[in-house]
Amino acid sequence: MSTSNIAPAGSNPVMDTDAFIKGLWRENPVFVQVLGMCPVLAVSNTAINALAMGVAATFVLVMSSTLVSLFRNFIPKQVRIASFILIIATFVTIVDFLIQAISLDVHKALGAFIALIVVNCIILGRAEAFASKNSLGKSILDALGMGVGFTFALLCLGIVREVLGAGTLFDIPVLGDGFQAWSIMLLPGGGFFTLGAWLLVFSIMRERKKNKAVAK
Amino acid sequence: MNQESLGFIFINACFINNFVLAYFLGICPFLGVSGSIATASRMGAAVTFVMLISSICAFGIHTLLVAIDAPYLELISYIVVIASTVQTVEMFIKKVSPTLFRQLGIFLPLITTNCAILGLALFQTNRGYNFVQCLVYALGAGAGFTIAIVIMAGLREELDLSDVPGVVRGTALALMLAGLLSLTFTGFAGLGG
Repeated sequence: MSTSNIAPAGSNPVMDTDAFIKGLWRENPVFVQVLGMCPVLAVSNTAINALAMGVAATFVLVMSSTLVSLFRNFIPKQVRIASFILIIATFVTIVDFLIQAISLDVHKALGAFIALIVVNCIILGRAEAFASKNSLGKSILDALGMGVGFTFALLCLGIVREVLGAGTLFDIPVLGDGFQAWSIMLLPGGGFFTLGAWLLVFSIMRERKKNKAVAK
Repeated sequence: MNQESLGFIFINACFINNFVLAYFLGICPFLGVSGSIATASRMGAAVTFVMLISSICAFGIHTLLVAIDAPYLELISYIVVIASTVQTVEMFIKKVSPTLFRQLGIFLPLITTNCAILGLALFQTNRGYNFVQCLVYALGAGAGFTIAIVIMAGLREELDLSDVPGVVRGTALALMLAGLLSLTFTGFAGLGG
C-alpha cells in the first residue's frame, strides 16, 4: 500500500476529534451498527460485569488497532485477515491473564466471554476498515472512540438490567426495601428485551429527527 | 440422570443451555440469516457440520498443548486451526460435491468467525470432556442452534405478513421475539436434571 492512501486530513485536529466522537454516538458499534451482540447480551446482567467487559474490549481494540496500523505497510494483502486475528488473539490472551490476576471474581463472572473477544466483529471490523488504512494516531483515536462507545452501550444495558433485576446499582441498593426485583431481567430473555427496547428508543429518536428535517 | 452421560450432554447443549438463547453465542447469524425457513435450516446444517469438525480439532489441540505444557497458546491455536480447517474443508467440498457446496457455500466462510464455534471449543475444554463426549456435545449444540434459528425464521416469515408499526420493524422486533423464545427455553431448565 502506498503512503498516498493515508488521508492528508490526519493532521487536521477537527478530523481527529471526529474519528473519536463518531464511535461514541453517530456510528455507535452496538446501537447503530448492531455489531458484537454476543458479549453485549451475555455479560450485561450487572453494571460491574458490563464495565469490566467494556474496558477489556477497549484495551484489545486499542492495542490491536495500534499494531495493525503500525504494520499496515508490511502485511501482505492476501494474509491480512489471518494476521489481524493473530494480533487480536495475542492481546485477548494477555487480557485474559490480566483479569485473572486482578480480580478472580470478575474473571469467573465473565467466563469464556473474555476469550470470545477474539471473534467480536467490532475489533476485526475496525482493524480491516480503519486501522489498516489510516495513520497511527487516527487509528488509536478511532479505536478509543469505538471502545468507549461499546462500553457506553454495555453500561446502558447493564444499569437497566441490574436496577430492575436486583434493585441495586454497582452492588449498592437504590430502589429501597419495598421493591420486588424483576428476576426476568437477569435471565437471558431479559437481555434480549432490554437491548430490543434500547434499539427501539434509538430508532424512535432517529425517526423524530428525520421528521423534523422533512418539516423544515 | 448422570451429568456425564451422553444423553444428558446432548439435551443440555441442545435445550437447557441452548447456545443461542441461553449463552448468546452466534447471535449474528441468528439475526442475520433467519429470513426464511429454507435458508435458516441450511445455515443450521452448515453450523452443525463446522461444529463437529472444529470440536475434533479442538480436542486434538488441547491434548497436544497439555502434552507440551503450553496452555497459554490455547486461544491462538484454536482460532487459527479452526479457521484454516474450515477453509480446507470448504475447498474439499467444492471439489468433491459441487451441489453440497452450493447449498452451504456462502455460509461456510461466515461461520468461521462465528462465536458459537470458538465458544464450543472453549466450553468442551473447560468441562474436560473426552473424545466421544466432545462429539455428542458438538452435535447437541449444532442441533440446538438449528432448532433456534428455524423457529426464529418461521416467526419472522409470519411477521412479514402482519401489520407492525414501521418504527419497530427490523432488529428491535427481532430481539423482542428472541427474548420470548429465550424465555420459552428457560422452561427446559428442569429437564434431565
